[in-house]
Amino acid sequence: MKHKYLRNVATLCLTAEKCIGCGRCAEVCPHSVFVISGEKAVIKDINSCMECGACAMNCPVKAISVNASVGCVAAIIKGWFTGSEPSCDCSGDGECC
Amino acid sequence: MKMSEKGTCCCAGCCEEVLVTPYDEKDMWIAGKIRTQAGIVPVVSTEICFKDRLGAWKVRWGIGRMNYRVSPGLYAVGTPDESSPVLVSANYKLTFDLLRKELTGLDCWILILDTKGVNVWCAAGKGTFGTAELINRIAKTGLSQIVSHRRLILPQLGAVGVSAHEVTRQTGFSVLYGPVRAKDIKTYVASGYVATEEMRTVKFTVRDRLVLTPVEMVQAIKISLSVFGVMYLINLFAARPFGLKDFIAYIGAVITGTVLTPLLLPLIPGRAFAFKGALTGLIWTAAYVFHNNWLAPESLLLGIGYLLALPSISAYLAMNFTGSSTYTSFSGVTKEMKIALPIIISSLLIGVVLLLIYRLA
Repeated sequence: MKHKYLRNVATLCLTAEKCIGCGRCAEVCPHSVFVISGEKAVIKDINSCMECGACAMNCPVKAISVNASVGCVAAIIKGWFTGSEPSCDCSGDGECC
Repeated sequence: MKMSEKGTCCCAGCCEEVLVTPYDEKDMWIAGKIRTQAGIVPVVSTEICFKDRLGAWKVRWGIGRMNYRVSPGLYAVGTPDESSPVLVSANYKLTFDLLRKELTGLDCWILILDTKGVNVWCAAGKGTFGTAELINRIAKTGLSQIVSHRRLILPQLGAVGVSAHEVTRQTGFSVLYGPVRAKDIKTYVASGYVATEEMRTVKFTVRDRLVLTPVEMVQAIKISLSVFGVMYLINLFAARPFGLKDFIAYIGAVITGTVLTPLLLPLIPGRAFAFKGALTGLIWTAAYVFHNNWLAPESLLLGIGYLLALPSISAYLAMNFTGSSTYTSFSGVTKEMKIALPIIISSLLIGVVLLLIYRLA
């Protein structure tokens, strides 16, 4: 059964003009958000995006932007209190991903 | 163990053997050593022994989890030569064991990055399984002297931290993203490095979720100890002290949030984890409240108090499982928290106040 999370929240954005159709984004996406259609990448399923940032990291022409961070309550709360970027810092007793 | 004698000692006439990777021969998983152009590389066994299983069990229960590591560096599996594939992974021992046990019969190199004992995906999220560390580790191990090809196989989930084109630009090594799961590596290598859709898809099966629940539960129970402490103090001057039934009601809510909700995750209606947790928590609490007839007039405050407090606890604990899940986004979790947290906190506070009135008055 495919897991479904909240809709219409992902910050993923693809600039089609820059795309060279190399297919890296489709290759690295853990949730098959992209398909390559007509030598360009297309966002097929944005609601499955978990904002991991693998696509943007591996796009050689910087055609993809996403506010990549961790979807982890403990990390986000810690971020609120410390004023820092939420990070999967599970050192010590904290648990996340 | 057959050892390949590729290359000679580091320099003619010297007997000092350079270690590419520091290792302890006494470790059960070290099967030997292999000489390479860059020095001695330890050979790892593909067998998992009792100590490895015990270690895995311990970290799953949160014991010594942050210090379960192997030394970063290069390792060999079987009798690899300069044309053998190079697999890249993390230095969390649990990850390392999951990888090596799938490599029986394969001759390959394993390049272990220093991820501070964290698994590939989380380390990639933090950037420790990242471009800089990979480039650094290639240089430190002298990998380009050991293999003649220029190809690295990374687990697909490592892509979060590694910029493939950047690695190629700086080292000449091209990056292939292999399967998500170690069990597919042999098929992947045998097929000439073709990762099928199936191999590339992240799953989150019942089993995947089950192995994550002990740590969730242990952590919730650790925090609960202070709750029990407060209950004990209240009992010192309570008109109607807390008893075994209260303990069961509470533990039930904790198990509902940390074990039951994660296990039944896709079956529970709703998308937000807090909603799922609140729903299962409410079912548990309602069942237990009715069972004890706590909605009778004389214990109505107790019944309503629990109906407000316990589902809030389950909801929070379930929401905390977003951090262990494989599909929740930062934007999604932030939105969920902004809606759920005020409801959870106020419901919990009102519930606790009602309980206190009932116990103390």
